[in-house]
Amino acid sequence: MNTPLFFEARQLACIRDDRVLFSGLDFEVNGGQVLLIEGPNGSGKTSLLRILTGLRNPDDGELFWCGSAVSELEAAFYQDVAYVGHMNGMKDDLSVEENLKFAQALAIAALGIDDSLRKVGLDGYQTTSIRFLSAGQRRRLALARLLCTRKHLWILDEPFTSLDKASIKMFENYIEDHVAEGGIVIMTSHHDTGLPSKIVKKIELQS
Amino acid sequence: MTSHSLFSAFLSVVRRDLLLAYRHRSELVNPLAFFVMVVSMFPLAVGADVELLRRIAPGVIWVAALLASLLSMDAIFRSDFEDGSLELMVMTPHPLSVLVLAKVVAHWLLSGMPLLLITPLLALMFDIDVDVIWVLLLTLLLGTPVLSLIGAIAVALTVGLRKGGVLLAILVLPLYVPVLIFASAAVDSAASGLPISGQLYMMSAILFLAITLTPWPTAAALKMSLG
Amino acid sequence: MMKFLHKFSSPPYFYSISGRMLPWLTALFLVLLAYGLYGGLVTAPADYQQGDSFRIIYVHVPAAWMSMFIYMVMAVSGGIGLIWRIKLAEIVSISSAPIGASFTLLALVTGSLWGKPMWGTWWVWDARLTSELILFFLYLGVIGLYNAIEDNRTASRAVAILALVGVVNIPIIHYSVEWWSSLHQGPTVTKFAKPSIHIDMLIPLLVMAVAFKIYYAIALLLRCRNELVQREQGSRWLDEVLEKV
Repeated sequence: MNTPLFFEARQLACIRDDRVLFSGLDFEVNGGQVLLIEGPNGSGKTSLLRILTGLRNPDDGELFWCGSAVSELEAAFYQDVAYVGHMNGMKDDLSVEENLKFAQALAIAALGIDDSLRKVGLDGYQTTSIRFLSAGQRRRLALARLLCTRKHLWILDEPFTSLDKASIKMFENYIEDHVAEGGIVIMTSHHDTGLPSKIVKKIELQS
Repeated sequence: MTSHSLFSAFLSVVRRDLLLAYRHRSELVNPLAFFVMVVSMFPLAVGADVELLRRIAPGVIWVAALLASLLSMDAIFRSDFEDGSLELMVMTPHPLSVLVLAKVVAHWLLSGMPLLLITPLLALMFDIDVDVIWVLLLTLLLGTPVLSLIGAIAVALTVGLRKGGVLLAILVLPLYVPVLIFASAAVDSAASGLPISGQLYMMSAILFLAITLTPWPTAAALKMSLG
Repeated sequence: MMKFLHKFSSPPYFYSISGRMLPWLTALFLVLLAYGLYGGLVTAPADYQQGDSFRIIYVHVPAAWMSMFIYMVMAVSGGIGLIWRIKLAEIVSISSAPIGASFTLLALVTGSLWGKPMWGTWWVWDARLTSELILFFLYLGVIGLYNAIEDNRTASRAVAILALVGVVNIPIIHYSVEWWSSLHQGPTVTKFAKPSIHIDMLIPLLVMAVAFKIYYAIALLLRCRNELVQREQGSRWLDEVLEKV
């Protein structure tokens, strides 16, 4: 990654059902950093992440990707951003390989499918239908999706849900690798992360 | 993003939806069966008078096609919305309207085109002339894609709602009126030996308008439903 | 102009100015209505063919005009709300829907009442009535969609998209229905021959049309204020207004 990346939020506000979840939220996160969003249930973590992905419009404020307003970038922004939400975004009736191929077709391919599956410990599952995967395996497949497409900004909503300790460790390693290459990760997590504190930046949402 | 990658994204969406439908191929028959059944209800309701049946056949077949299209429409975005694939489709560097168009194309291939294949059979049940059957097929070819394109807007507006079914019909049916009018009039005119080029031009114009215009509101409505 | 619009669309300003406008509008409406009704029902001469039954046009025609006009207002303000995210535009858009639907229903009912003496049946599939009926369906869709979506702002955006789609479609629907009607019925029965309308008949009609527009403005302002109060619950300007009451 040649140019240093940075992602900036200015005066973000989110109102849900007439309730102000947060307002006047500012932050900046640079290439090489993980932004960890903390806060109790219902404090608007998921809403914030959805605003950062552009899926939801902020009720106030603006986002800037490498200096340009996200609202004007749209396509160029989505070339760089990947999102793992509560749902994995995989079709139950397609095989592991078919799902990843589709993800690659809509983005810029990075790692090969077999390689990414090997890295998340799902090698040999290529032709298995998603329907037959466990919740943890599906989560690992979502990680494989991150690895097989070239995206600089990862936005992860509770990525460690239903993962065992070893898998969490593995996921964290890949997050570290991604950041070490100059990428940015923005995530929420209920678990304490084992990520080294020097790369982690935290913001806390109040309820 | 180059136009080449946009086109390949378009194709992969079509291919994916066809593949998904193939995995559930038994379900493909349902709208078709519905279509045939609705049409068969009419002789039972109005009597077996051949003259009368021949006269109302184009209208009957078209109304049934409308309802069959409506019924199958709801599924176009539902599963993508529920499993999160829709979010990922919004978050691609490609314009959502193009991917939406791809989904509509796939949907039409699966639900609109089969109607064309079964229609000659129904037309024979109503004793329609062979020449007129060709016109009927032509109107279905021009008209059913419009139904899918317009229907997609309404589905996109209601996909986030738990009970969208009846509402969908209320939103969509008034918008189907022009297609219904021109299509059944074309078949009617053909049956009485009158020229039909006017109706067919109108239908083609509506089809091109729908192809170019409807993907925008559909994409906007999908983003709204996700937000 | 934009500056004025911006000021006018701020909720507190709108709330206060609309409150001051309402009595004036109501007075104007009553005067015009009285004049229009008197002119239409009393001074206008009876039609030489239809006798007194033609007098229903003083309700029917303005109502039919309003039904189209309000749909346009709804779509345009919805579009403004969608693009510039102006709250008031969203509110105007959705507040117009029930009023427009009522006018459409009124036009349908009066048209049908008129049809009885003219055609001998309560309903004919005449081009105007059919178009009006489909317009009524479009209104029903808009209202149904708004009520189905819980979040007000999302619902407003959904309605705006639908109304814009409707506006693009209305000319096509209208044209197709006209064409359909001419195909199936020969030349349509024109309800009132345009050039030959007597000036004494025309003036009350135009006055009634203006009266209906003002009635729409009154109903719209009332509905908008109501909606605004609901949406802005807990905001400071509203608390101040309520304290004064």
